[in-house]
Amino acid sequence: MKIVIVGSGNVGYHLADLLVDEGHDIVVIDNHTETLRQRTETLDIIGVDWDGSFFDVQMEADVPNADLLIAVTQRDEVNMLCCLLAKKLGASRTIARVRNPEYSRQLYLLKDELGLSMSINPELAAAREIARILKFPSALKIDTLAKGIVELVQFKLYPDNPLVNKDLHSISNKYAHNILISAVERDNDVHMPTGSYILKADDKVHIVGKSQDITRFFKSINKFLPQSKHILIVGGGHITYHLARQIIAMGMKVKIIENSKKRCEELCEILPKANIVQGDGTDKDLLRAEKLSGVDSFIALTGSDEANLIVSMFAKSQNVPKVITKINRTDYFDVMQKLGIDCVISQQFITSNTIARYVRAMQNTVGNSVETLYKIINDKAEALEFIAKNNTKHLGEPLHKLKLKENLLIAALVRAGKLIIPDGNDVIKINDNVIVVTTKKKLSDLNDIFA
Amino acid sequence: MNYKMISYVLGYVLKIEAAFMTLALVVSLIYKESSALAIGITMAITLATGFLLGSFKLENKVIHVKEGLITVALSWLVMSLLGTLPFYLSGAIPSYLDGFFEVVSGFTTTGASILTDIESLPKGILFWRSFTHWLGGMGILVFVLAILPMTTGHSLHLMRAESPGPETSKLVPNMAKTAKILYTIYFVLTILEIIALMIAGMNLYDAAVHAFGTAGTGGFSVRNASIAAYDSVSVDVIITVFMILFGVNFSLYYLLLAKNFAQVFRSEELRIYLGTIFVAIIIVTWNVLPLYSSLAESLRFSSFQVGSIITTTGFATTDTDVWPQLSKTVLILLMFFGASAGSTGGGLKAVRVLLLFKIAKRNLNKLLHPNTVKIVKLDGKRVSEDTVSGVKTFFLIYLLITAFSVLFVSLDGFDLETTSTAVFACINNIGPGFGMVGATGNYSAFSDFSKIILAFNMLVGRLEVYPMLILFIPSIWRKA
Repeated sequence: MKIVIVGSGNVGYHLADLLVDEGHDIVVIDNHTETLRQRTETLDIIGVDWDGSFFDVQMEADVPNADLLIAVTQRDEVNMLCCLLAKKLGASRTIARVRNPEYSRQLYLLKDELGLSMSINPELAAAREIARILKFPSALKIDTLAKGIVELVQFKLYPDNPLVNKDLHSISNKYAHNILISAVERDNDVHMPTGSYILKADDKVHIVGKSQDITRFFKSINKFLPQSKHILIVGGGHITYHLARQIIAMGMKVKIIENSKKRCEELCEILPKANIVQGDGTDKDLLRAEKLSGVDSFIALTGSDEANLIVSMFAKSQNVPKVITKINRTDYFDVMQKLGIDCVISQQFITSNTIARYVRAMQNTVGNSVETLYKIINDKAEALEFIAKNNTKHLGEPLHKLKLKENLLIAALVRAGKLIIPDGNDVIKINDNVIVVTTKKKLSDLNDIFA
Repeated sequence: MNYKMISYVLGYVLKIEAAFMTLALVVSLIYKESSALAIGITMAITLATGFLLGSFKLENKVIHVKEGLITVALSWLVMSLLGTLPFYLSGAIPSYLDGFFEVVSGFTTTGASILTDIESLPKGILFWRSFTHWLGGMGILVFVLAILPMTTGHSLHLMRAESPGPETSKLVPNMAKTAKILYTIYFVLTILEIIALMIAGMNLYDAAVHAFGTAGTGGFSVRNASIAAYDSVSVDVIITVFMILFGVNFSLYYLLLAKNFAQVFRSEELRIYLGTIFVAIIIVTWNVLPLYSSLAESLRFSSFQVGSIITTTGFATTDTDVWPQLSKTVLILLMFFGASAGSTGGGLKAVRVLLLFKIAKRNLNKLLHPNTVKIVKLDGKRVSEDTVSGVKTFFLIYLLITAFSVLFVSLDGFDLETTSTAVFACINNIGPGFGMVGATGNYSAFSDFSKIILAFNMLVGRLEVYPMLILFIPSIWRKA
């Protein structure tokens, strides 16, 4: 497909990278000449150097013939204007990033007038993801599939974990009831494990199952952490606001440290139940004074990656049970993991996940299109959900007889609201939700899983 | 430095070269020549070297600017070193160095030859000699990019290092698709010329080799007298038209196909290129009129020669050495002017000459009105100051290399006309110059040293200076 991306900041860059990888033709518009030049040298894209909300520029980028325009510049107003113009010029679909909560709230009024196919609020999405983790802190990351019936949970094996140096057979007999170990990340590689696969310390393991079964699993290996009660957040931006609103509603106690007095007052106004502290969140004494060591979870959400990293490391050293770090630059993930910063939230990943899912679904409007898509393990693998329809091949055949593509696993089936962790004798039936974990990319139809 | 990736791409280039040698092998077998053995052995060696170089396990596929330049320079060197073998092994050219000169001349689409009696060579060998033009014209790495799956944008560095012109841009966002479009246009135009030449009376073999020579703007012929041997008005006209067509920026053909006519007409480079051809033809036609029996005949020879020189092809239909000095000077100037950027031709390129004039005008203006602010524009768009200084630097280095090369070649002790036009004709990828290296002469009299200098000049001209020069910068080869 022909896709035009306006804005080549962190999100735009990551998106372009992802979509080029999936085989799309990408044109990037940005008025920052130097950044754009760098982007065109590292990615297989064309750059158009100017303001994306100008008619001439969109014409040069051939927007009238584009299948999709994605506006992810710094400013909400520009994004909306870009989409409005693109729609008038004839682009089939448009997506805008709208971050300001006030705009997001009124967007449902304007969506049709602006011709927006979708709007994304990365901060809100990030807040939702953090909230899910705070509910279940044993995990590094939780994604939900099949309308919440199935969860895909990532966790890390520390050396004291009883699963270390065990093979999957013995694990599934002893601990894993009704859950499936679907993918393992080891040394920056993705493994799709089989029964004889042996888990090692520092592996990142992905399991699929129902929420209760997963909780039971963590309890059985003594790694269960209850829902967090006391939360300390450093940084008072949009994510903090969305997050605090959600977790206060869940009954958690929230303390926010924010540097700007003005922002503190705003936060007081919009988050009456939160405890707002004005001060430098990277100040050791202040953190100690605000009883860092006593909280269940510590979340670093300042605008600076460096500050987030350093305070997170400090929180780890103070034995805070759960530390979550927001990072904008994603290229140093592997180094951070070595430093013990393993629960990382990145708006870029979340935004590009959402858009990639939308694009994948756009490609396939007739067949068994992608219902849900999560990029896992730094985009190296994907968890996808499809619904089997009557044009799905091999319906009713036992799974062990099917020839699937390599490095692909049918992780779960959901039939009439019930989760089935499939073995070789199970079959795919019509209307089943089929959940697939794979390192293959570009799957856009359920029939693509067959070799 | 990512040596493994460089080696991997080199290996790929050689495998493709071996694949293309199959064509020469088939021709050799059809004519039942013993040279088939030499071509077969070369293919085996090239393929083996290709697999050897490509046998590394790649850890990362990232190509930075310098890797791009080095990959391109080394590809062309290695490709030429192995491409020489059919000449050498078959005994068609007894000296390896002479063979290397001939093949470099082929790949760089120069067309300068050391052969005195071309017609005595086996047809398979001559086919390979002309086919190197076709391969070198659009560039073998562009071909590699069309078929090698490289998802990173780093491949742009490869295309930029190989494609001529001050600014290289893709036609469509996807690099492989861009390369495929370029090669499709190239291929279709070549086929059209083969058909046209066959209608004009050539046999398939002659039509094909001359179409390769035209398409790459090379200039190797299989006849001693070049195109004059056919003495046919229609052949002359067909080749003149196609030479000029292959000297046009290929992205304009893409725009034509995309029905974007406005942008084609807006192209200042196209206008200056065609305008220069037009003016030069008028001057030369008028100047050489006394030598020929009619205006039509004068026009026929002068337009062919102008087209041949400005597109840096180097075919000949008449002995230009006997032309008056004015016409010879016009031709020498056209050598440097060159074809358009993004075409298969050599020389400075029309767009650079145009920009140099614009820059000169701006700077002169600045001298008179020191406080005025002016930007350089091309096709109505601003040309960045980076490009402006890039064009100036390029021009300077180009002239310096030309000057030093003339100095080195003059060690052979030939007259000034021969010495200087030999260098001009090589660095601008034309082939024949004036004097001893004129339309009826060749390069066999030069010493081995001069031949190496001239071969280097051809590579400098075709790859536009930087890839070749960077090989001589010591810091490039250091680790840190």
